[in-house]
Amino acid sequence: MALWFNKHLNKLMFTSGALIVIGLIFMYFGYSSIRDLTFIMATLIGIGPIIQRAWSALTVKSFSIELLITIAVIGALFIQEYTEGAIVTFLFLFGAYLEKRTLAKTRNSIQSLLDMAPNVAKVMRGGEIVEVDIDDVEVGETVLVHPGGKIPVDGTIIKGKAQINESAISGESVLQNKTLEDEVYSGSIIDTGYIELKATKVGEDTTFSKIIELVEEASEQKSSTEKFLNRFAQYYTPAIVVLSLLVGLLTRDVHLAITFLVIACPGALIIGAPVAYVAGIGNSAKNGVLIKGGDIVDRFAKIDTVIFDKTGTLTQGRPSVTNIKIYNDMTEDEILALSASLEQVSEHHLGRTIIKEADDRKLTEQYVEVTDAEAIKARGVAGTVGDDKYFIGNKKLIDEENITISDDILNYYIKEQKEGQTAMFIAKNKDIIGLISIMDKIKSDAHAAVKNLRANGAKKLVMLTGDNYYAAEKVSNILGLDEFHAELLPAEKMAYIENEQTNNRKVMMVGDGINDAPALALSEVGVAMGHGGTDIAMETADVVLMSDKLSKLTLGYNMSKSTFNVMLQNTAIALITVILLLFGVIYGYIHLASGMLIHQASVLAVIVNAMRLLPMKTKDKNKEKVAHKEAPVQ
Amino acid sequence: MKTNLRTEDLTCPSCIKKIETGISKKDGVSKVDVKFNLNKVTVEHDDRVTGEDIKSTIEQLGYPVKSVKTSS
Repeated sequence: MALWFNKHLNKLMFTSGALIVIGLIFMYFGYSSIRDLTFIMATLIGIGPIIQRAWSALTVKSFSIELLITIAVIGALFIQEYTEGAIVTFLFLFGAYLEKRTLAKTRNSIQSLLDMAPNVAKVMRGGEIVEVDIDDVEVGETVLVHPGGKIPVDGTIIKGKAQINESAISGESVLQNKTLEDEVYSGSIIDTGYIELKATKVGEDTTFSKIIELVEEASEQKSSTEKFLNRFAQYYTPAIVVLSLLVGLLTRDVHLAITFLVIACPGALIIGAPVAYVAGIGNSAKNGVLIKGGDIVDRFAKIDTVIFDKTGTLTQGRPSVTNIKIYNDMTEDEILALSASLEQVSEHHLGRTIIKEADDRKLTEQYVEVTDAEAIKARGVAGTVGDDKYFIGNKKLIDEENITISDDILNYYIKEQKEGQTAMFIAKNKDIIGLISIMDKIKSDAHAAVKNLRANGAKKLVMLTGDNYYAAEKVSNILGLDEFHAELLPAEKMAYIENEQTNNRKVMMVGDGINDAPALALSEVGVAMGHGGTDIAMETADVVLMSDKLSKLTLGYNMSKSTFNVMLQNTAIALITVILLLFGVIYGYIHLASGMLIHQASVLAVIVNAMRLLPMKTKDKNKEKVAHKEAPVQ
Repeated sequence: MKTNLRTEDLTCPSCIKKIETGISKKDGVSKVDVKFNLNKVTVEHDDRVTGEDIKSTIEQLGYPVKSVKTSS
């Protein structure tokens, strides 16, 4: 029975509506008895599915809105208010129909994200290619993906190359070129090319599954406003029902009593806040910003202080060789090859950067043989080539080796440091033969992000870093931050945040989510950024940016603000409607049909209002274009 | 065992309670989770109930089920 009603729900609704129109036409020509007949038919046709739902709810001891409507309509028939009965029935069905269609739109972004999940995988088993369910793929198996195909698991490419759309993971639809040994993620789509990959994470462990899980949880997470409204509705509905009973008993006015029943439906109150959150969170998630729930949206929207980590957050986190200064007759390549040979023993990221630069310049064949190579902690490296002793490292190392630095070289060194470079000396025996400068470049969209955050309400932008003072100062100056603090230990970062919080500032911390985890947890909103996101980051952070672009941060911030505003507006619409209806009924301005109409209109109003949160993406794209133009030069 | 069901759009939050109570009354069901915004119902249960049983209960309550997936 329930299914039959569901299947034919729309037909019943439209028939009921058509009968009402026919009835009105007859009424216009003065046939009021025929009008009554068509209205009764309209009521009877429309009330079926409503009674069925009311009943099924009663069987599980639940007191539903359908029950209130059923009682109201039966009451209307009883006092021969056929017009009102028919209109209430029709409006209830029609409202539910519109609600379902519009609600589906607000959930669209989340739904489309869920739909990106792959279903099947082509796996190599026993020398044959077999198609299996995605849950049956095991770690270590070889998976084949053809052009247009979805990558079913996380893995490493072992054969082939492809252009891949990773928008399911990062929200970025720019194609990525991936080849041998590159990592690929489940949910990405191969545009052109063909790859075979070795599965590293399958089933629920894949990055995509984790994103889905987070988004699912986030969309069901109730914010405090929602909880308040739900509690209010919980008391509101029974209170109005009791009120209608009292009114009915005291005044013997059945019409007034059943009008109360109709307006007792809490409609917009219950749906207003969740539609806003689901649209906002869904749209953000689709664009690569995971906001973990309605409460976080509220807090995110109120942020006035933004604290950035430097390395990997404002800067690319990939230092590169920017200048090579030579004081003897060697060429750049020769001195680089020599340095790279010496740095082989180093585990330090500066040493790695030099080796990488030498590799990029294809200098491996010019490497020289080094004996007695050693890494000197917090200083640099030393080693012997032929009969000469070489040192590469910071000023401390040079001073300790009693190597004299001429004024000329010292001035150059200071100049480089002041520009934010990390300059390293290269010494041969007792003479300095060159300096290699290394710098971590500022992200191309950092400038635009800072501007955008300020324009949208962030009052104080601060950078906290463990890096050296000059490097920090340079980044801070270029970006125009309000404050920066360098050479900090993790505990000092925490102390800074605590201090800001005691001054009543709403602090957001943005970091890479690995070494910043405690600071992220401490702030009102902890934002972890990084491609693909690490597990720790996804757990501790409140907001996870799925790519390392700062434009995602502003997108999330602006989206939260809009969502928060829509939520407030919806709450206002719902509460005002409730008050208007209540007083309208008491003072006799509102009757059954008009009460139902206003009620349904308020439900639709909050849903349509929430829909405004959906098409924000195009706006942001324009901003991103500007960001590229403004990229600071290094 | 765990069964995931996708329903047609759930519109009223009162559906949540209806579905939750309706399913948890069945023998062998240990946990019911209705995800309103996702139109998804997740049920943890043992072999006294099947995914199809759960599907028919939800449909009896008036919510058509689009897909059922049971995993052990």
